[in-house]
Amino acid sequence: MSELARLRTWQRFTLAQRVGRGLTYVLAAVAVVWSLRTIEVIPEFLYDAPEQTADLFRRMWPIDWSFWHEMVAEALVETFHTATLGTIIALVLSVPVALLAARNVTPSPTLNLVAKFILVSSRSVNSLIWALLFVAVFGPGALAGTLAIAFRSIGFVGKLLAEAIEEAQRGPLEALTAAGAPRASILLKGYWPQVEPSFWSVALFRWDINIRESAVLGLVGAGGIGVALDTGLNNLYWDQVGLCLLVIFLVVIATEIATSAIRSRII
Amino acid sequence: MSAATLRTPFPANWWARTLWTALALYVLYACGILDVSWDRFVRGLDNGAKFLDRMFPPDFSRQKLDLLQVGMIESMQIAVLSTAAGVVLSLPLGLLAARNLMPGWVSWGARGVIALCRSFHPVITAILFVKAVGFGALAGVLALIVASMGFISKLFAEAIEEMNLKQVEAVRATGAGFFNVLIMGVFPQVIARFIGFSVYQLDSNLRNSTMVGIVGGGGIGATLFTAYQRFDYDFVLTILLAIIAVIMVAEIVSAQLRKAFQ
Repeated sequence: MSELARLRTWQRFTLAQRVGRGLTYVLAAVAVVWSLRTIEVIPEFLYDAPEQTADLFRRMWPIDWSFWHEMVAEALVETFHTATLGTIIALVLSVPVALLAARNVTPSPTLNLVAKFILVSSRSVNSLIWALLFVAVFGPGALAGTLAIAFRSIGFVGKLLAEAIEEAQRGPLEALTAAGAPRASILLKGYWPQVEPSFWSVALFRWDINIRESAVLGLVGAGGIGVALDTGLNNLYWDQVGLCLLVIFLVVIATEIATSAIRSRII
Repeated sequence: MSAATLRTPFPANWWARTLWTALALYVLYACGILDVSWDRFVRGLDNGAKFLDRMFPPDFSRQKLDLLQVGMIESMQIAVLSTAAGVVLSLPLGLLAARNLMPGWVSWGARGVIALCRSFHPVITAILFVKAVGFGALAGVLALIVASMGFISKLFAEAIEEMNLKQVEAVRATGAGFFNVLIMGVFPQVIARFIGFSVYQLDSNLRNSTMVGIVGGGGIGATLFTAYQRFDYDFVLTILLAIIAVIMVAEIVSAQLRKAFQ
């Protein structure tokens, strides 16, 4: 064995990659240190934090069950419908945007970019902030909540849908084009059967998320169980808040079980 | 022409049609329950025009931009700190939850903690922390730490469960102790994905940090909510544009980082 070969060391990454990684770690460390040193924390609030926490739980127990009939039951139904209807509207609205964003359906880079911008804007504004805007437009109530859920979901559903469309195989599409099929038929008989499984799995996934999100929209007046929660919080009736939290917890667990059951059965 | 050529190439799928009809009926029913009507929608649009009119043009005055900057920086601090603490806490929690490394009772306990972290929306956790530690960025940081722990440790545990056990066995066969097995057998296989989840969570925490402010958790959300309550809608639009811009940049950076660390 030559001297050179013996001395050669093997390295997994190139120099540029190693420098890049090192820089990222350093930057991350700098960011953390900077945040720690500059973030504003009011120390006076911290002295009684353990007492406040204990007080919080003491006042939550026993849970005020009478609040269930008073408000929570009805609000819960509203939350369910807000999430479901919002998801359905989002699915309907995201299809055209996804088609515009998919490069194989829409060969125009300008239109792709416009669609991408719509998707990113929808995703970057939180559902709670969407709800604020819609409450200002439509007034408090479930209509604002439904639209907030729908507009927040367009970005999520549209992005995943566009990716699924771009992954569609060329074969069936070329066959349909060769047979002289009009554009609508190509979409319906060429793309749709290929995209359908991921469409339903994205829909189910988003519905699960939307149930969680619609549970808090009421905090800004957009209907659902959040309104009950907000009422309890504003009146400092922590026993009512406790009931709301318990109900939200159970609903979230139930939807998670339901969606995973549906997913394993169908998709 | 024979009958065979006239047969429709796509026979009607009655199952699908029934389901689609059921869905349409549900939409009508839900609209009834939620008091969603065309009339209300049109009236709202009228309102919406006024709302948009007051939003435009966005307010870029010096004083407002200063407020925006303060809020945005606080949001970034919240995102960075909650991700850092979330990552540090998720590492052990994810390891404990991996069923192929831990005895059953340990992993079930850890899974319970993860499920608890995941089941509450960050806003709800933020409300509880605002009560516990008072208004301000700290409540937001704590709420997002909980959310980060739920997300990162769940995916980390799944990554560990999917890894190749042969390498672990090889390291064990040399007589290595538990920590040596972790460092030499487990981490090299999963650390790239762990970093990927962490970067994704940083992105996600930045989005959520715009929201915890609404319930008193600090950050740009607080600035936004104050502007909203004062009907300062042109400043609201400025803040929204800033949020979209920052998150767009964050999304690009996080995608690049994830690509670099895969």
